[in-house]
Order: sequence, then C-alpha cells, then structure tokens
Amino acid sequence: MAADHRSQGIAILYLLSVTVFFSIGGLYATLIRLELLTPKGDLFQPDTYNRLFTMHGVMMIFFFLIPAVPAVIGNFILPLMLGAKDVAFPKLNLASWYLYMIGATFTLYSLVHGGVDTGWTFYTPLSTTHSNTYTTATALGIFVNGFSGIFTGVNFIVTIHRMRAPGLTWFRLPLFVWASYATSLIQVLATPVLAITLVLLFLERTFGIGFFNPAVGGDPILFQHLFWFYSHPAVYIMILPSLGVISEIIAAFTRKPIFGYKFVAFSSIAIAVFGFLVWGHHMFVSGESPYAAMVFSALTMLVAVPSAVKVFNWMATLYRGSIEYSTPMFYALGFIGLFVIGGLTGLMLGTLGIDIHVHDTYFVVAHFHYIMVGGALMAYLWALHFWWPKITGRLYSGFWSHLSALLVFVGFNLTFFPQFILGYLGMPRRYHAYPPEFQVLHVLSTAGASVLALGYIVPLIYFLWSLKYGAYAGRNPWGAVGLEWETTSPPPVHNFEVMPTVDHEAYEHRVPPVAEQEPYRVVKYGL
Amino acid sequence: MSEAASAHHRTDLAHHFESYEQQKQSSLLGMWVFLAQEIMFFAGLFVCYVVYRHMHPAAFAFGSQHLDWRLGALNTGVLILSSFTMVVAVVGAQTGRRKMIVCGLILTLLFGAVFLGVKVVEYGAKWQHHLVPGPHFEWHGDPAAGRAVQMFFAMYFVMTGMHALHMVVGMGIMLVMIPLAWGGRWTRENHNFVEGFGLYWHFVDLVWIFLFPFLYLLGLAGSGVHG
Amino acid sequence: MDSDRQHDASHDPSLTPYALVLGALLALTALTVLAATVHFGHPWSDLIALLIALSKAGLVITFFMHVRGSSPMVKLSLASGAVGVLVFFLLILSDYLTRFLG
Repeated sequence: MAADHRSQGIAILYLLSVTVFFSIGGLYATLIRLELLTPKGDLFQPDTYNRLFTMHGVMMIFFFLIPAVPAVIGNFILPLMLGAKDVAFPKLNLASWYLYMIGATFTLYSLVHGGVDTGWTFYTPLSTTHSNTYTTATALGIFVNGFSGIFTGVNFIVTIHRMRAPGLTWFRLPLFVWASYATSLIQVLATPVLAITLVLLFLERTFGIGFFNPAVGGDPILFQHLFWFYSHPAVYIMILPSLGVISEIIAAFTRKPIFGYKFVAFSSIAIAVFGFLVWGHHMFVSGESPYAAMVFSALTMLVAVPSAVKVFNWMATLYRGSIEYSTPMFYALGFIGLFVIGGLTGLMLGTLGIDIHVHDTYFVVAHFHYIMVGGALMAYLWALHFWWPKITGRLYSGFWSHLSALLVFVGFNLTFFPQFILGYLGMPRRYHAYPPEFQVLHVLSTAGASVLALGYIVPLIYFLWSLKYGAYAGRNPWGAVGLEWETTSPPPVHNFEVMPTVDHEAYEHRVPPVAEQEPYRVVKYGL
Repeated sequence: MSEAASAHHRTDLAHHFESYEQQKQSSLLGMWVFLAQEIMFFAGLFVCYVVYRHMHPAAFAFGSQHLDWRLGALNTGVLILSSFTMVVAVVGAQTGRRKMIVCGLILTLLFGAVFLGVKVVEYGAKWQHHLVPGPHFEWHGDPAAGRAVQMFFAMYFVMTGMHALHMVVGMGIMLVMIPLAWGGRWTRENHNFVEGFGLYWHFVDLVWIFLFPFLYLLGLAGSGVHG
Repeated sequence: MDSDRQHDASHDPSLTPYALVLGALLALTALTVLAATVHFGHPWSDLIALLIALSKAGLVITFFMHVRGSSPMVKLSLASGAVGVLVFFLLILSDYLTRFLG
C-alpha cells in the first residue's frame, strides 16, 4: 500500500499514522495530568515536566491536528465529493505522506532522547542558546512535516479548481469542500513562514548566527512575530476542516440544506483571510508595541464574526429540521456548544485588559483545548463516524458509539472546564507545582481526563471490530445527499463506476432517493 | 488526432485526468500555487531585513559597502540572461523544437554556474575578511557601524544563501532535463514540465531582483564604492 | 516522436519580444545602480530602488512568465502571495514603527 498513490490508500496510511501519533501525544497528556493531581511537583523533575508538555504540544499539533481531517478525511472524501478519480497530483500526495513520516521520525528521534523542553512555541533565547535538548531534531521534523502540509494544500487547491465533475459549479459544492479549500489556502501561504523561522532558529542554534540575539542587534520578539505569523493561521488549519465536517453532518441529519449556504461558504474563506491578520494577539505581554497590540486586538474581534456566522446558520438549519440523533449528530450538537465556549473565551483573550490578567494561565490552556479537542478532535471523530461506512463498507454499533460520544462529551467538559476557573484564579500554565487551594480543580480535571481517555479507546475497539464483524453498509446508510453517497461502499478503484454529472444544488434531497434498489437505512439505531 | 499523438496519449496523459487540457491547466496552476508559497518563504526573510534595517540603519549602510556591488551587478545581469535563455527553452518546447529546448537549458545552466561561481568567490572573500557571522566574526571597518553590523552580514548570508540553494536545486533539475529533452520527451502537446520549471526559474530571478539593490547598493551614495 | 518536421513555423512565437524585455531588464539594472549613487535622502532612495525593482519584476512576471495570457486563477495565486507579503510587512511594522513612541 505504501507505493500505491491513490488518494484512498493514502488516506488510510494517514489514518493509521495519525492514530499512532495521537496516542503518543495522549500518553504525554496522561503523564501531565497525573503529575497535576498533587500540588507538589513530585512525579517529575521540572525539567522533565517541560519536556512532557512540549512533546505533547508538538505531537498533537503538528502530527495529529494539522493532518487529521484534511489528510485522512479529505484524501478519501474530497475526490468523491468532486466526482473525481483522484486528487490532481497523486504522486505528490504520496510524497506528502512520506514527508509526514520522515518529519515524525526526526521528532521521534528527539523524543527517545528525552524530547525538547522549550514548549511547542520554541521561544528564543531558550531554544537558540540555552536549551540543551534535541531542539534541532524536532525543529527539523516540524520543518519537513510542514512541506507535507504545503503539498497537500497545493494538491487540494488544484483538485478543487480543475477536477470538479461536469455541472458541479462552485455554489453546488458541499461545504466541506469550501472549508478544505480555505484550509489549503492557509497551508500554502502560512506554512512557509514557519519553515523559514525554523531555518533561522537552526542557524542561530547551530552556527551561532545571532538572528534573534540582542548582542548583535537581534530581537527575540521578531522570532515571536515570525512564529505566530504561521501559528495563528495554523489554528485555523486545525479547525476549518472540522467546521466543514459539521456542516455536512448537520445537513445530513436534519434532512435540510444548510441555511444560508453562501454565507457559510464565504465564512470559511473569511476565516482563512482574517486569520492572517491577528497573530500579534499572542504577544500582548511579550514586549510588542502597545499600539500594535491595539491593532491586533481590534482585528481579533473581526475574526470571530465569520465563525459566529457559521454557528448561527447551523442553528437556523436545525430549526424545523427533521433531526435524527445518530452518533455523528450527537457529536455535532456537542461540538456547537463547545465551539461557542471556545470562541467566546477567545474573544475574552483578545481583549487587552483581560489578557494581561490571564495570559500564560490555564485560562488560555482551557480556551484552546475547547477549540482543539472540543472542536477539532470531536469533529474528526465525528467525521470518522459519519464516513466510516463509506470508507470501509461496514457499520458499527449504535449503542457503543452513542456511549463513547457521551463519555467524550462528559469527560471533555470535566477535564477542561475547571481549567477556565483555575486560569482565572491565577494558575500558571506549564507549571507542575501549584498552591494547595488549586488541587480540587486539578483533581476534577484529571478525573475528567480519565473519562475522556476511555471515550477515545472505546471507538478504537468498535471500529476495529466492525472491520471484521460489522454489518455491510450500502451506498447511503444515512440517506444523505452528496456524490460520495452515490458510489459503492467502499468505492471502486477510480472512485466511481461511471463518472457522475451534477444537475442539482448542494444538499438537495431528491424524492424519491438515489435510484438504487437497496433501502436507505440498513441499520436501526437503538437510541 | 494523428497516430503519433494517440500513441502519446496512452503514456503521457495521467489516468485521473480527462484531457490534456485539464492536465496542463492543473500542472500550471499547481506550479503557481507552489510559487505563492515560495513568495511567503522569502517574505519571512525580507520581513527580518526590513525590521533589522529599520532598527540599525547605520550598520546596514556600512555593511553593504563591504559587498562588491560590481560582482552583484554582474550576477544580476547573468541571472537575467539566464531567464531569457529559459524562455528560449520554453518556446522551443511550445514549438516542438527539441534542439531549441536543449540549447536553452544548457545556456541557462551555464549562466547559473557563472552566478554560483561568483557567489563562491564572494563568500570566500567574506570568510577571509572575517565577515561571516558567528563566533569568528570580526569587524575592521568604521566603528560607527555598531554591533549590529554582524546582523547585516547574517541577513546577507541567509538571504543569498537561500536564494543560491534554490538555484542549485534548479540546476540539478536541469541536469536531468537536458538528456530527457534531447531524447524527445517533450512535445508541442505536452511540455508542462518545461513550462512549470521555467516559472520556477523566473521566480529565482525575481527574488534576486529584490536582493541586489537592498543588499549591495545601500552604501553606494555618500562615502563611495568599496571593492 | 520528434515533431520538428510536422508543424508550420509561421505561427510560432518569436523571440524578439523576449529579447526586448531582456534589454529593458538590463537597462533597468544599470539604472538602479546609477540611482543608488545619488543621495536622495531617507525614504526616497529606498522608494526609487523599490520602484525600479518592481518594474523589473513586473516585466519578468508579465512577459517571461506569461501571466498576461494565463487563467484568472494564476493571477489570483500571484495576487494572494503579494497580499500576504503586504499584510506581513504592514502589521509587523505596526509594532516596530511604534515601539518607542510617547
């Protein structure tokens, strides 16, 4: 399979790899939460703890969140949604996966030698001068991985422009395609800045060329500017595809087209564009000019608008929809609430006065975990549940999947809501020892993490089980609308037996349904 | 379609494309999107340049005087000529003239080699004069340049170095292209690779067009030229 | 495989326009060196250098890279790169230009 450059195969390769790296990142999270059960830093040395949260961040961000939805779901589903046989550059697509694995290898090399202690943010001068960990190896790993993302972005952009089926105009495209397109724009335009930043970091660390060294006229804040110019848009790489997935699920399980289709489509592009304008909000207290801080704060307010547009449109879609509480729908409803909390706390952080108080506390940690775990990760799980029948041709247990959705939702909130309170009360991030009065909240958080972990393990079991024992899925077990549901499950080698043409709007449910003989729903779900 | 063309059809139209036109447009768009990415890559370096020059104007002016603007100008001319010869190669591909492609590529390669040769000379001179930033840097020029003069040289080396790296990659690809072109690999119907590579090479020229004045010519007005 | 014999050369693109662009580029290079020897003062020297460089870049992009005859998407790719660079410069300067005010 590793030489086959069909996007279906590459999607599976990514599925396996992201699961492995997610598990490694999760292992680090487990160690972190165990340490934080008690106020004293008694499980790990401070230096070790630094490495734990750094590698947790690096693994999760670069090797799980960034590739997950685009490379796993996108590679499989995007060509299907477009009515194409494959992506525009299949060999480049395979190269993307190899680059990803090479990048991961460098990072794992660093990991087994004790990892890095600078935080995933690599701020100078710790990263360039003082850290005695395998910073270069990790930076190299992230650099190579970045090109994996760039090539995926190039591939998707060209595929969406040039390989749509006849009749599939832009405004008939599923919203997942719009979201993937916006994500790819960010991948292509932002990631190269990360690349050059890591090059400069490498040069300073290895050859002593003081790019960020004040002794020769350098500015450490410049590193932060360069780093965040990528890393802020990067968070939109992580969430945008998930937002696209949510649109698909809501449309499918309310049996309605998404309300305000064009607004939702353009909001993805708007998030991508505005996302480039706000990076300075990570540096409010670092030493950037207060005037710049004001500009960035104002722009940060702007970027929330398209996200809000999406939420309003989803709510409007749900209103008077014929809602089916399938597992993916459970996740979707949970997602909307968590995304709103994450987004609103983002606005709080973007407000200068509040940020001075909560910067570098658990408030920030809770905010981004609400979006990344409550949002992006949930949507990835959700996407897997939605398209699993299409990808594998098998159905999974309704009962166990509903249960895992519940475990994830409860576990997640128990883990991360206390962290908002902790942060507001002043618990700093990246600290492993804390005043005893914070212990109750930390214990709640760790308890929640245990439940959450269970919620992630259970799907692993029933998904694997379904591969061997699950009922066979028909073409369209959910009765959803979209080109991917018109081909077999799993699809044939070139995705379609006969290349489709499109003559209807997005999400238009046709009565009677797609002209195949088998019934819509092959399985009744218990709940 | 003629027989020769339909024989081509089986081998040089990828199976996931419906037509040569779709393949060509995809290939072209793909290269342009890649170039947008390259623009952002170098933008990061130019941003550092703008910031540090703003912070240390004297250092940059004095440092620039220690670059030989005549070698820089020569290299600029050489690279522009290489862009022209690249166009010759592309026109050759568009008109199905195999020898024109090969000539164009060989000349481009030669000009590229001249450019890199000059850079080697320049870098060597910097090394000899202890102007390579890092632990061995020593400034023997006007003390008014300040400590940050080392930053000027840091920017000089990383910007021209990254640029040179891109040239080396391009030249490596050309070494592979020349025998392929000689063997008739590219035709009027399908020469996407040559066009795409041409775009890449022109981009390399574009970067240098901005590097030259802002690195080499800063100290030209005022205290005169320093060799 | 060699289609040299089959096509009609009268409609082939000529190299003359490209040679003219080459001449213009070399002339602009000479101009930029010349302009650099004149002391125009602080923002002006840079602006002039930038203007000349942009003109050269414009020639390469329009003629050597055939952007003029290309699809709108190609132009949009180029534009997005340019806008990205602009945004980067402007916002980062909003920090560095206002650092020590007041």
